[in-house]
Amino acid sequence: MPLINIEKMIKRYPIGGREFTALNEIDLQFERGEFCGLIGPSGSGKTTLLNIIGSLDVPSEGRITVLGKGVEGLSAQEAARLRREHMGFIFQTYNLLPVYSVFENIEFPLLLMHMGSRERKKKVINALEWVGLSDKTDSKPAQLSGGEAQRVAIARAMVKQPELVLADEPTANLDADNSYNILKMMSRLNEELKTTFIFATHDEKVIGYLKRKIFLIDGRVAKDETVN
Amino acid sequence: MIKFLIKGLIRDRSRSLFPVLIVAAGVFLMVFLYSWMQGVMGDMVSSNAQFNTGHVKIMTRAYEELAQQRPNDLAILGVNKVLEQMRNSEEKMIWTPRTHFGGLLDIPDENGETRTQGPVMGLAVDLLSQNSPEIKILNLTKALVKGKLPQQKNEILISEEFAQELGIQLGAQATLISSTMNGAMATHNFTIAGTVCFGITAMDKGAIIVGIKDIQAALDMPDGAGEIVGYSKNMLYDERAMKELTQNFNENYSRADDEFSPVMVSLREQNGLAEYLDVARSRVNVIIFIFLLAMSIVLWNSGLMNNLRRYGEIGVRLAMGEPKGSLYRYMIYESIFIGFIGSILGTLLGLAISYYFQYRGFDMGYLMKSSTMLISNVMRARVTETSYVIGFVPGLFAPTLGAIMAGIGIYRRQTAQLFKELEV
Ligand SMILES: Nc1ncnc2c1ncn2[C@@H]1O[C@H](COP(=O)(O)OP(=O)(O)OP(=O)(O)O)[C@@H](O)[C@H]1O
Ligand SMILES: [Mg+2]
Repeated sequence: MPLINIEKMIKRYPIGGREFTALNEIDLQFERGEFCGLIGPSGSGKTTLLNIIGSLDVPSEGRITVLGKGVEGLSAQEAARLRREHMGFIFQTYNLLPVYSVFENIEFPLLLMHMGSRERKKKVINALEWVGLSDKTDSKPAQLSGGEAQRVAIARAMVKQPELVLADEPTANLDADNSYNILKMMSRLNEELKTTFIFATHDEKVIGYLKRKIFLIDGRVAKDETVN
Repeated sequence: MIKFLIKGLIRDRSRSLFPVLIVAAGVFLMVFLYSWMQGVMGDMVSSNAQFNTGHVKIMTRAYEELAQQRPNDLAILGVNKVLEQMRNSEEKMIWTPRTHFGGLLDIPDENGETRTQGPVMGLAVDLLSQNSPEIKILNLTKALVKGKLPQQKNEILISEEFAQELGIQLGAQATLISSTMNGAMATHNFTIAGTVCFGITAMDKGAIIVGIKDIQAALDMPDGAGEIVGYSKNMLYDERAMKELTQNFNENYSRADDEFSPVMVSLREQNGLAEYLDVARSRVNVIIFIFLLAMSIVLWNSGLMNNLRRYGEIGVRLAMGEPKGSLYRYMIYESIFIGFIGSILGTLLGLAISYYFQYRGFDMGYLMKSSTMLISNVMRARVTETSYVIGFVPGLFAPTLGAIMAGIGIYRRQTAQLFKELEV
């Protein structure tokens, strides 16, 4: 059974009495351990699709199951639980909580899972090692460079070792070197921990790393190719 | 988790310190305004009670009808008997006779010719009898500016301002020219024992204070007095108790067919004070209500904004799988916490300042130069039980309401929508 199964999914947005179809008849499967990207021009529906996979939004029609659960039928609480236990998010703008230290930012998802403090500490230290920021434990987000901030965000998404990480334009605010580093880091984590990564991107540097490329145009899957 | 959130709250001053300060400032203003208004109202009552109305007053029925004119021809005769009776039957009260009178005060030169004279407003009270309550009621010891309190017959006090105006020295002779109870011309010689200042413009302009025995002699009203005033021993005006007392007295002693039978009226029923108090009180209530409303809107709004500003943080927390319900709860706890701390601080500060102004007072005499109202120039706040709680209405409930409204926004919106708002 695939990790994510999407069948004939449609997403429409009401705009001023009319309806706009952002995603049209999407049929997709994702397997465990994939490292793949949703690629397409601005407005093609990448973020919309990612949000639905992340149970932040619901489809208008069709079915989508994530980890065996039908997203369209989940209550808000069940959706929150699914995200809390099985998913990590990485954003274009990092979105670290500014008043908390690097350590505390990474700790937050574990607190939501009611994990004990000793175990939390162990996991946070581990995650900091993965992203090579063990020396920035006590820094505040404002004291970090863009690349470092995004690495903290990756550690925050990875710390609970979720099955699935969703990243919306994670490199859009980074220069070439930082983008390169971050992708290498994520592809390593993908290999070591078997975490599934799904990106939304139109960044060539990211596209080069992907093992599977799904091209979206006007809310439809135009091409779906796997790199060997 | 809670510890984690509190840590964040304390570190983020724009979420903790500033809202607390805003709430505290609003609450402080509320508490102080309220106490101040209460003080001004209470002061009006107590000044009137002190110099004029008593908590209750006994007069003849005829005198009462014309009470504004102080018709001494209609005074109570046989005052001592009435006093004794009242003192025996109403032990919780202080009873004392008074006569108000008007006239000219004439200051002679060494040849006995008029040097200067001026109209006076006289108040005759029991100055000399042992344990006379008037020294305390009129606060004479404190009001004394120069000289001493009268120790013997025919010694009087005059207001300091008046004394300066007329150039009267201590120990000088003064002749009161007035009319007797029967309408004949009366003159009587007095000695100035001291000068007084009450801090009440109406009393300080041209008042003299005379012994009741002397005025009985001067105005030819043996054992008579215009009025007998009564005060609760604790000096606090209790409207209900005074009403009851008045009713009892009037049922027992007042007879409609005898215009010289006594009648008792309470403070509220005199000088149109009832209407005045009611109007003033309702004005004060309106002012306080409007202020309360305005304060509440300000604090409500700041509660709302504080939370709307946090869509970013809220979006991240939702994405990481924090349930909406728990987020909403924390938001409300947070604003209750902020509101509570702010209200306590504001109330403490408000009470402190109010207590300060309750004891120290604030001299507004220069604003009341021509006042004829019996209102003290020194404005005081008065802390009542309500002062302790009134600040919590805008301080605690308004920001919490704001947080609840902001939270409803979170609830109504699709998670993805909040999430988008955080991205821009
Ligand atoms: N809440 C909404 N209401 C109405 N239309 C929306 C809403 N969200 C997205 N859309 C529309 O759906 C389409 C797809 O949006 P989406 O954000 O998925 O694009 P995208 O591929 O992520 O673009 P970009 O590369 O610019 O991030 C767009 O045309 C957008 O205008
Ligand atoms: Mg997008």
